[in-house]
Amino acid sequence: MADHKPKGISRWLFTTNHKDIGTMYLVFSFIMFLVGGAMAMVIRAELFQPGLQFVEPDFFNQMTTMHGLVMVFGAVMPATVGLANWLIPMMIGAPDMALPRMNNWSFWILPAAFGLLLSTLFMEGGAPNFGWTFYAPLSTTYGPESTDFFIFAIHLMGISSIMGAINVIVTVFNMRAPGMTLMKMPMFVWTWLITAFLLVMVMPVLAGAVTMMLTDRNFGTSFFDAAGGGDPVLFQHVFWFFGHPEVYIMILPAFGIASAIIPTFARKKLFGYSSMVYATASIAFLSFIVWAHHMFTVGMPVKGELFFMIATMLIAVPTGVKVFNWIATMWRGSITYETPMLYALAFVILFTIGGFSGVMLALTPVDWQYHDTYFVVAHFHYVLFPGAIFGTMAAVYYWLPKWTGRMYDEKLAKWHFWLSIVFVNLTFFPMHFSGLAGMQRRVPDYAIMFSDFNMMSSIGAFGLGLMQLLFAWILIKVCILEKGEKATDRVWEDAEGLEFTHLPSPAPYHTFDTPPKID
Amino acid sequence: MSEQENTEYEKYYVPAQSKLPFIGSIGLLLTAYGAARMVQGNYPEAYILYLGLAVLIYMLSTWWSSTIRESRDGLYSAQMSRSFRQGMIWFITSEVMFFAAFFGALFYGRVLVMEWLGGSSNNAATHDFLYPDWVPSWPMTATPGELNNDAPKSWEAMGAWGLPAINTAILLFSSFTLTIAHHALLEKNRQTLILFTAITAALGCIFLGLQVWEYIHAYQEMGLTLGSGFYGSTFFMLTGFHGLHVTVGTIFLIVMTLRCAKGHFTPKDHFAYEAGAWYWHFVDVVWVLLFIFVYVL
Repeated sequence: MADHKPKGISRWLFTTNHKDIGTMYLVFSFIMFLVGGAMAMVIRAELFQPGLQFVEPDFFNQMTTMHGLVMVFGAVMPATVGLANWLIPMMIGAPDMALPRMNNWSFWILPAAFGLLLSTLFMEGGAPNFGWTFYAPLSTTYGPESTDFFIFAIHLMGISSIMGAINVIVTVFNMRAPGMTLMKMPMFVWTWLITAFLLVMVMPVLAGAVTMMLTDRNFGTSFFDAAGGGDPVLFQHVFWFFGHPEVYIMILPAFGIASAIIPTFARKKLFGYSSMVYATASIAFLSFIVWAHHMFTVGMPVKGELFFMIATMLIAVPTGVKVFNWIATMWRGSITYETPMLYALAFVILFTIGGFSGVMLALTPVDWQYHDTYFVVAHFHYVLFPGAIFGTMAAVYYWLPKWTGRMYDEKLAKWHFWLSIVFVNLTFFPMHFSGLAGMQRRVPDYAIMFSDFNMMSSIGAFGLGLMQLLFAWILIKVCILEKGEKATDRVWEDAEGLEFTHLPSPAPYHTFDTPPKID
Repeated sequence: MSEQENTEYEKYYVPAQSKLPFIGSIGLLLTAYGAARMVQGNYPEAYILYLGLAVLIYMLSTWWSSTIRESRDGLYSAQMSRSFRQGMIWFITSEVMFFAAFFGALFYGRVLVMEWLGGSSNNAATHDFLYPDWVPSWPMTATPGELNNDAPKSWEAMGAWGLPAINTAILLFSSFTLTIAHHALLEKNRQTLILFTAITAALGCIFLGLQVWEYIHAYQEMGLTLGSGFYGSTFFMLTGFHGLHVTVGTIFLIVMTLRCAKGHFTPKDHFAYEAGAWYWHFVDVVWVLLFIFVYVL
């Protein structure tokens, strides 16, 4: 088939091509990453010194709320969906995603949803200011007018995610080339399959939570109002039933990426493939029965606290299996350190630090001290920034030559990596200390004794922000200015997977119209 | 459609460019924006909501009629049909989880919150200081405290053995008639197929009519409204969302009746019909759970 690409803007608006849709997801998520990052800069500027400097406390709260929402739903999730779109069909030898038109709808809902969400910043009474977890009654009785727009924006994001997830599941189950059995699939496909399952299971629960919020706010129901026989804590249960699997939705694809990259640059097969699959599935299962560890201080019965503590600590077991497998993959490998490998290594090490602080937080009596402090902020930023986002960056460097046919600027990429490593740790590591010393999260001011740690965090954050502009420049050079060496079809020595072994670089617009034979 | 043996190399239909998804996103944006304005009481702007819904209805009907056309033209392989089937199954799974959120809220409220507000375990102070006169019971017929809405302060709970029991019988019977229709489809008995699909759709309409009657009765004679505390909230939200799904299922069945009358569907290839049937059975199962947990217990 001729490599026919439609021209102009309508190519993107009306496309049914998984590669186009993948590109749009990635570009959209990068824009949202910069928007959410700009909000983080406002937060860090305000926290640079104690006292109130630049913004009103209410606007500060809007920034923390919007930063969280934009990063979770706008940056991290769409980035991994973009990778899924680009890679899954090529990895399993399929001509496209199973339901191509729905695929495009999933994407185009996102700009609508985030247009709606960001427009609340300009509304009277300001944007949502109750934190990205939107606990009742802050979001019901005390929420600003714009909360109703926020609720519908969340509904749109949910519709988009559910359709996207259904598409991934069906593609993986139904579109594999003959011979591509489930246990031959690349780990990235496995982790995304399980991610998609989690999405289908929990996004509707989030829809339920915001629907109850909507009716509590506007139609006189009392789901979250004790005076009517409801309970504000009920909101937290419903929210975290979604929220905990959600964190695995963000991290599992990064697990798959690390499992693809480390074997290539260690020049060894992935150690313990099937244990990786079972570990991922176990993590997904456990993610459904640990949600109340986010709520140890709400006054749950002690038996409940015990159950959720033990279940949470169990997650360390399959996660440990994965980390040890990555290490064993590298054991006695002939490792080279190209940028994707550096990011994957940083991912393994720094994500594990985030995992350790997670185990600390899982201990109920300890959590009573840490709850809502910067220690928690340090924990989840370690699993999200050097975890999910470094994972995504590793993937972009790894597959970019396959997508564009050109190598990125390795020298600049190394700068990007090493400076990012310095800044990411400078930003988030001191938060462990300020948190343990008792600094509260989501407050624009703090006691003088936290000044040094906060100044370090802010300097790191500004540097980390700048690094993303460098990242943008590296991408622009390859994708728009079309500079860089031509990539070979295999791109990396010994890279495995159909996208490297069966397809040229750049991958043609339509691939695998007839399925490849896999032995 | 395709009766070929070798599905392995049969080409998978990747549709050409389509304007519909983009139009659908505009429809959703207008609907969401309009709905948010509307719930805030800004009724003059309600036209935005209606415009959005109109765009969505136009988009979905165009989309589905084009898939029907593509299916009739034989563009879909057996593999494509499997994609649709699996997609529908996962869509229904997501719907199950949506109801699970509300059922979860119901169980949590009934089993735990009632007790706690009544002063059990370490909540004696909550009860004694906040709501000393309130006695927890389910079904709840009065709120513990003052609510900030104009609903009646106490109400009658909805019994199970009047209309709701009749409605249960209707829905269970409709599952039965739908299965007869499905078997008729497999046996190429088109008369029975059309008749029993239509009967099922009619039963759906009757169910909805009775449900509306029940709501009117609740609002006008029992003092039971959406604002009737946690009981009213869970009662109306669960039955209301179920009713919405019955409405969608009924429309689905009406379309299927018309398609059967047009001679669509063969024993081998009738994905849309099966999807409608699955959806209907799902709505049925949800009702049975509702009947048990909302009405009877």
